[in-house]
Amino acid sequence: MTTSLFFAQLLNGLQLGLLLFLMSAGLTLVLGIMNFVNLAHGSLFMMGAYFAAVAYGWTDSFLLAALVAVVGTLLLGLLIERTVLSKLYSRDHLYQVLATFGLILFLNEVARAIWGQAPIFMNVPDALSGTINLFGLPYPSYRFAIIAVGLLVGLALYLVIHRTRIGMLVRAGASDSSMLAALGVNIKLINALVFGAGAALAGLAGLMAGPILSVQPGMGEPILILTLVVLVTGGIGSIRGAFYGALIVGIVDTIGRAFLPSLLRGVVDRSLAQAAGPAIASMLIYLVMAVVLAVRPDGLFPVRHG
Amino acid sequence: MNMLEVKGLVKRFGGLTATDHLDLDVREGEIHAIIGPNGAGKTTLMNQLSGELPPDEGAIVLNGVNVVKETVHRRARMGIARSYQITSIFLEFTALQNVMLAVQGASGASMSFWRPVMKDRQLAEPALQLLQEVGLAADAKTLASALAHGARRQLEIAMALALHPKVLLLDEPMAGMSHQESAGVVTLLRQLRGSYSIVLVEHDMDAVFALADRITVVVYGKQIACGTADEIRLNPEVRAAYLGDQMESI
Amino acid sequence: MADRQTSAAISPLLATLPARRRITLRWLSAAAVIAALGAVPLICALIGQPFYVTLVSRMMIFALAALGLNLILGYGGLISFGHALYIGIGAYAVGILSYHGITNGYVHLGVALGAGLGLAVLIGSVCLRVSGVGFIMITLAFAQMFYFLAISLKQYGGDDGYALESRSNFGWLDLGDNTTLYYVIYALLVLVLILFYRLVNARFGMVLRGSKSNDRRMRALGFPTLPFKLIAYVISALVCVIAGVLLANLTRFVSPSYMEWTVSGDILLMIVLGGVGTLLGPIFGAVVWLSLEAVLTSLNVGLPWGLDEFIHNHWMGVLGLFIITVTLVLKQGLYGFLVQRDQARDPVAQ
Repeated sequence: MTTSLFFAQLLNGLQLGLLLFLMSAGLTLVLGIMNFVNLAHGSLFMMGAYFAAVAYGWTDSFLLAALVAVVGTLLLGLLIERTVLSKLYSRDHLYQVLATFGLILFLNEVARAIWGQAPIFMNVPDALSGTINLFGLPYPSYRFAIIAVGLLVGLALYLVIHRTRIGMLVRAGASDSSMLAALGVNIKLINALVFGAGAALAGLAGLMAGPILSVQPGMGEPILILTLVVLVTGGIGSIRGAFYGALIVGIVDTIGRAFLPSLLRGVVDRSLAQAAGPAIASMLIYLVMAVVLAVRPDGLFPVRHG
Repeated sequence: MNMLEVKGLVKRFGGLTATDHLDLDVREGEIHAIIGPNGAGKTTLMNQLSGELPPDEGAIVLNGVNVVKETVHRRARMGIARSYQITSIFLEFTALQNVMLAVQGASGASMSFWRPVMKDRQLAEPALQLLQEVGLAADAKTLASALAHGARRQLEIAMALALHPKVLLLDEPMAGMSHQESAGVVTLLRQLRGSYSIVLVEHDMDAVFALADRITVVVYGKQIACGTADEIRLNPEVRAAYLGDQMESI
Repeated sequence: MADRQTSAAISPLLATLPARRRITLRWLSAAAVIAALGAVPLICALIGQPFYVTLVSRMMIFALAALGLNLILGYGGLISFGHALYIGIGAYAVGILSYHGITNGYVHLGVALGAGLGLAVLIGSVCLRVSGVGFIMITLAFAQMFYFLAISLKQYGGDDGYALESRSNFGWLDLGDNTTLYYVIYALLVLVLILFYRLVNARFGMVLRGSKSNDRRMRALGFPTLPFKLIAYVISALVCVIAGVLLANLTRFVSPSYMEWTVSGDILLMIVLGGVGTLLGPIFGAVVWLSLEAVLTSLNVGLPWGLDEFIHNHWMGVLGLFIITVTLVLKQGLYGFLVQRDQARDPVAQ
């Protein structure tokens, strides 16, 4: 295990973490402010990837593909919200979970019907297909770009949430939404804004993941589950929790999968390590989540409620 | 003999000190009212007494035992029962089932998996008796959700009584009641005086001055006066801080 | 207190508890379903269609799992999105033991229940600390964890699963015979139904139901609600474990797909479809849902524009739409509607 290999995997973990952050930020706000469990968030990610892949395939312009992906997912998200989800805001979480579960099945099938079961491929844009030199280590430019975009979005979100009036209303809503409504704030507008932003972020994540994951029906669910782990670990409704939670999950998962099997080989005999290594690596983040929750049941950075 | 003693209770929320070194003592069998302007921290105090809110400093001594570290359910078993500002009962159950559940809680015996609860006379009899006491026996089989506001509050008191509490914490029991309903509660509380030590948070001044053996006045989380109704009525600080024009009518 | 006086006043009231049962549509439909399920193998033998015995066996297995989950969902208000995990535990206990040559059914059952008990206590303790929405997510996450674990068990087939040579050997009971297996499943379903009926109306059940209704008030009445929820969670998990053991026996196959998160979603849907918080709702829901699945995957009724083929190929999407419609439209579920009608007339009866 060389330092450069470790460093490269650390960066990969950072990249996965930032992708997860884009997914988590939207979902945590929707959950925290609107108290709405949206399992179909992963489907928006999938649609973002599909929109991007198809648009890039037609136009050969990554920028155009990005636009189509983000705007398309935003519109799709708002459509779903208006037709199905808004009718469930006042219902018990059980019905929200079930309806969005049904939505996942439906959207997966729509993707399958339109584009087929086989994965479609999206190339890394030419401008980013090389490697860049980070402290003497060559690292894929595209993955670095994901990290850069992720950090920029994180910064932008932080500035909006903590430095603008809209952000203040969003934070207040996360703490006590009924109070906010009682104060006469247009809660419907805030809700639509928050949901739309979340959908757009999911679309952005889908776009960026397009070239590095295989774009196929059902690709959203593994990401959704990881996002839920991030939310629970970081604290529901908290953007800071989403950020740190996502980084922890991304890094632990990547480093664990990369090094745990070989680490085990050094400790126990080969056959056991070969069997147990990948198994434990895939369970690692759940174990971390369980440990965090044992100590802090509300997550690492819970939102204090009014 | 003091059934409940609060010493130096402090609760801070960020920069706000909601409870500011509050002292309180409740004698056995008395009705002790707590009054004060809105925002004085009365419900915060009640929440700390029942265990739902842990204080930052101070002691809460129940019958000689400091219960400040005990959980809500432990305190309920030790003798603190309460009613809430917003009635907290089981709307899906009947009035009888509500009180039977309270009796079951008091019994501490719930690991029974086979015997139907509705056939359990050990729960049904005391429950019906309690409903009788608060005047709801006729509504025993009515769903709690179908009961009027006043009846729901009476039900809540019956449930609190089921715990055979040493201290009864009543948080604005007369809120939202008609004159007639309030009179009913006043009569009920008069009957309970002596058997229970009651801490009563109320805004209805008629009821407070009619019922309370002693009154503590709380302003900005601090006790500014404690005494009998007459003493409080005449206390200049209290008049200045709180009662104001309401004084003239009394 | 004037005890004699008050006793005189309340004893007429006491005499009216518990309420007498009335024969209503609800009870009739419940009885009809139980009776119909009991008659299926006989009917199949008569009409010479043994396939349906297997199909309805599968329905009853999922009905059992749904029944188990409903204990904590309908009566406890705990939305677990990870109960398929315990189905998997039951199935894999049978699978792993069979792989190593142990075919004794009692050992299968014992190991399955033991493993289920241990895991349920561990997982339940962690999950129950998380309130509200977090509980849904964390139960889902744990189920996924074991799903990935099962996939990584290459020895037992990994992703593809593992076919059993024979069903569990219970000695005098030959599970190899489909009809015998059917009646074993049926008997277990009815047994759990009866046990749960008593449970939800006993003191333990009331704590659970009270906790769902108003947890804060329960604690203020002196109940430590956590231990009760944990016990209920474990009981519901064990029922799912039994369902898993039966499933492995029915299909003679174990696969990680038994604990996929979509299975957890399916069981939740069956409960909602039939009626949350009713005893027979899950059974109704399971029958309806799995019948729908069977119909859609083999649709051949001659719809125009090749719709038959389309639905055939995209049946999951159709089911997805069905789920959305059900949650938007159905408030109490098919059986739940009948229960509510009864309760409006006589609230005390269960």
